[in-house]
Amino acid sequence: MSNIVLLALTGLGLGALYFLIASGLSLIFGLADVLNFAHGLFLAVGAYGTWWSSTHLGFPFVPAVMFGVVAGTVTAVLVETLLIRPLYRRTIEQVLVTVGLSLAGVALLQAAFGADPLTFPRPEWATGTTRILGAIVPNDRFLLIGAAVVVLVAIQVFLRRTRFGLIVRAGVEDRTMVTALGINVRTAFTLVFAIGGAAAALAGALAGVYFGNVSPGQGTSLLIFAFIVVVIGGMGSVTGSAIAAVLVGLVQQFTSFYAAAGVGEASVVLLLAVVLLARPGGLAGRAA
Amino acid sequence: MTTTADASETATADDLRPRPDSPRRRWIRRGAPVAAFAVLAILPFSTLDLPGLLPGPANSPGSLQLLAVCLVFAGLAATYDLLFGRTGLLSFGHALYVALGSYTVNIAVTKLGLTLPAALLLAVLVGLVVPALLGAVALRVNGIAFAMVTLATAQVGSILVMSDPGRLTGGEEGLPLAPDAIPAFLSGVTNTANLYWIALGYLIVVLAVIAWVVASEPGRVWQAIRENERRVSVLGLPPYRFRLLAFVIASFLATLGGVVHLFLVGGSSPQITTSNFTLAFLVMVVLGGTGSRWGAMLGGVLYTYLDHRLAALGTSDAVAGLPEVLRAPLSEPLFVLGVLFIVMVYFLPGGLASLAARLRGRTR
Repeated sequence: MSNIVLLALTGLGLGALYFLIASGLSLIFGLADVLNFAHGLFLAVGAYGTWWSSTHLGFPFVPAVMFGVVAGTVTAVLVETLLIRPLYRRTIEQVLVTVGLSLAGVALLQAAFGADPLTFPRPEWATGTTRILGAIVPNDRFLLIGAAVVVLVAIQVFLRRTRFGLIVRAGVEDRTMVTALGINVRTAFTLVFAIGGAAAALAGALAGVYFGNVSPGQGTSLLIFAFIVVVIGGMGSVTGSAIAAVLVGLVQQFTSFYAAAGVGEASVVLLLAVVLLARPGGLAGRAA
Repeated sequence: MTTTADASETATADDLRPRPDSPRRRWIRRGAPVAAFAVLAILPFSTLDLPGLLPGPANSPGSLQLLAVCLVFAGLAATYDLLFGRTGLLSFGHALYVALGSYTVNIAVTKLGLTLPAALLLAVLVGLVVPALLGAVALRVNGIAFAMVTLATAQVGSILVMSDPGRLTGGEEGLPLAPDAIPAFLSGVTNTANLYWIALGYLIVVLAVIAWVVASEPGRVWQAIRENERRVSVLGLPPYRFRLLAFVIASFLATLGGVVHLFLVGGSSPQITTSNFTLAFLVMVVLGGTGSRWGAMLGGVLYTYLDHRLAALGTSDAVAGLPEVLRAPLSEPLFVLGVLFIVMVYFLPGGLASLAARLRGRTR
C-alpha cells in the first residue's frame, strides 16, 4: 500500500512537471503551428535563473523562482518577436530556427555555467518528508502537484474568462477566420509564447528542486516526454495535456518500479503508439 | 496542415539550377564529382600540409581520421536527406538506426564472440527488419505526429542503451570494440588510411544508391508525395507503401553508416543514440540544402569539420586572447553551429547547394 501511494504521488509529481512544459508547447503549437524545440531552453533559463539569483544575489526560494520565471518569460518573448515572427507561416523554417536555438542556447548555458550539474538551492521544507497512509513521501512532490494545479486553473481562467483567452481559443480553432474578423492574432502569438515560457521556466525551477541539481541538458530529456504528452493529449488542448501528463507520469512510475528500469519509458512510447493508432488527433484533439 | 505540404515550400537547389544545360556545363557537372572523389581516394598518399585547416599533413593519422569522420557523416546526412529532403518525412529518430548498426556489430563481436562476417550479416538483417517494423507503425501517422513517434522510439532506444541491459551495451561509458575481434588491417593508428577508404567507399555507395532510387519510379513518387500527397492517392498510388520504402532504405543505409562509424572510432558511445545526434543530421541537411544531389553531403562535411575544428579553435591562442564574454561561447562548437544554422535558415534557405546556382544566376 505504502509503495502504491508513494509511486502514485511521485508519478503525479512527474506528470505535473510534464504538464507545465506541455501546456505551453500545446498552446504554441495549436495557435501558431510552431513545434517549439526552444522550449527546453526556456526551461533551462528558468532553472539557471533561479539558481543564479539564489546563490549570487542571496534571494530566498520564492523570489528566486520568480526571478527565474521572469527570465524565462523574457527569453520566450524575445525569441518570438525577434526570431519566430519574421518567419510567420513558414512552419518548417520556424521549427528549424527553434532547433538551432535549442542547440546554441544549451551550448551558451554550458559555456556560462559549465557542463557539470550544479547543486540546486532547495528550501528547508521541500527536503523533508510527510507520512501519508503509511508512505513516506518527499514534500517536493506536493510542491510540484500544487504548482501544476495552480497553473492549470490560471490558464483555464485566462482562456475562458478573458478577451485574450477568447482570441487564443478561437485562433487554435480557426486562425484564418480570426484574422479575417480583423483581430490581430500576432499579439496572441507573443502572449502564448510568454505563457509557455513562464510555465516552462517554473517547470525548470521545480525540476531543480525535484532532481536536486541543474544541468544544461536537463531540459532536453524532459522536453521529449513533454512532446509525447502533447501528442497524446491532442495538439492545442490544455486539458488534454493535463490528462495525458498525469497518465504518462503514472504509467512511467509504476512500470519502472514493477518491471525494470527503461521499461517505464518504453511503455510510455507504447501508450503513445496505441493512442495515435486509435485516435490520431490525440485524446482531446481536433482531427490532425 | 501536414509537414509534407510545408516541405514543398522550401526551395530546393534543383529548382534554382539553370536549365537546359549546355554540353560544356554537363561535362563539368558529370566530371567534377568524379575528379573530386578521385582526389579524395589518393589523398592518403599525399603529404600536403594545410596548417590551421588540418591537424597535420594530409596523410597523417590525425588528418585522415578527421576526414574519414567527415565522409561518414556526409553519407549519413545524405541518408537523412532521403527522408526529409526527398520524401518530406521529418524524422527525429534517425540516430536510432546509426546506433543500431554500431551496437549490433559491436555487441556481436565483443560480447557474443561472433566472427566479423557473421556480425555484419546480422547487422544487415537487423538493419532491414527493425526499420520495416518500426516504420510500419510510425508511418500510420503523418507530419508532426510522425516526427513525435520517431522521436519517442529513438528515446526508448537511447534509454535502453544507457540502462545497460545484461551488461551488453556498456551503459553511459559506451562499449569499446575488442581489438582482436576485427581484422588487423582495420585496427591500429597506422591503418587509418584503410578506414578512410572504407568511409569514402561508404559515402560513394550511399550517394550512388540514392541517385539511383531517386531517379527510379519510386523516387518520382516520393517527390510527388512531397509536393502533393492527395494527388498521389487520387492517382491510385498508396503513399504509405512508398513512404515505408523510403524509410527502410534510408534507415538501412544509416545502419551501415553506423557500422563504418564503429570501425572508425573504435567503439560505440551512447552519445550516438541521443536526439541531439538526429538534430545534427537535420542541421547538416539544411546547411547543405535539402533535396539536392550534393547538398546534404556538403552540409555533413562542413558540420562535422566545424564541430571538430571549432573545439580545437576554442583552445587556440587566437581565442584565448579574447575577453571572457567572447571566449566562452566560442569554445562551444554547438553554439557557433547553432547560430550559423539560424543565419542560414534566414538568409540562405536553399543551403550551400543553392549558393552556386545563385552566384551563377547573378553573373549571367
